[in-house]
Amino acid sequence: MIMRVLLAAVIAGMLAGAAAGAFQIWRVTPLILAAEVYENQNGTAAEHGHSQAEHATHVNADTDETWAPEDGLERTAYTLLTNLVMGVGFAFLLAATVMLSGQAITTQNGVLWGLAGFIVFALAPATGLAPELPGMPAADLVARQGWWFGTVLATAGGIALIVFQANIALKALGIILLVIPNVVGAPHPPTLESAVPAILAADFVANTLAMLALYWIVLGVSMGWWLNRPGSMEKA
Amino acid sequence: MHTKEASFPVVSLSAQERMITGVVALLLGTFMLFGIAFANSDIMHNAAHDTRHAITVPCH
Repeated sequence: MIMRVLLAAVIAGMLAGAAAGAFQIWRVTPLILAAEVYENQNGTAAEHGHSQAEHATHVNADTDETWAPEDGLERTAYTLLTNLVMGVGFAFLLAATVMLSGQAITTQNGVLWGLAGFIVFALAPATGLAPELPGMPAADLVARQGWWFGTVLATAGGIALIVFQANIALKALGIILLVIPNVVGAPHPPTLESAVPAILAADFVANTLAMLALYWIVLGVSMGWWLNRPGSMEKA
Repeated sequence: MHTKEASFPVVSLSAQERMITGVVALLLGTFMLFGIAFANSDIMHNAAHDTRHAITVPCH
């Protein structure tokens, strides 16, 4: 029984990761590569030694080379691989929420589960920390990771209270949880100056949010479909 | 066991089964999220670099 739900998560996660990975290669990675050219001109790319463009323009800026995938096929393969793993990870988190909330997930309401996941993992964090291209100024990494993670938790809790609780006071608490991250405020970058053109950054924001919407909608619908397909009722 | 509708098998899990499945899935999912999105090692960072940017988690 446990295995059946976990298997559903693996299948839904692989489908979502494959779709999102393909979208990333098509719409998102070209923007990252374009931004890296500016990142390198910027000279702020200190602890970063991964792209060939960087190696080319910064011949020996950082000589402590750690392994990084070669540009081209290898880098693309890692994009696909990491998206498959991330898809399965997101799927486990969705399955956990479905199980612990005691709700059902079906092909029909899968879109709504997916929408909730998109708001939690993409839209809410993006309101404070806009999707970030290489070379854009940013505050301390650990502070941003902390804000990102706190925002995910607060938003997930807020949506759960609003949707699943009948009590008005608890729903109100849910709304408070949704606004808290931006009342606290995300860590600010030290400067607003960036060598990366604004158009490139805007393009990146739209395409990454589209990619994350694709992730979560495919996840929700395919998990609902897999768990409710004829035959899955048989005792597992 | 209370099944409201035959087509919602997930609802037919017992509370205990749901709890166990939910906790196992939560641990697995959190582990994978940390590996792809947050792990501090340079190798993990470089392997997942483009995906970290694309899924809009803080990268560097």
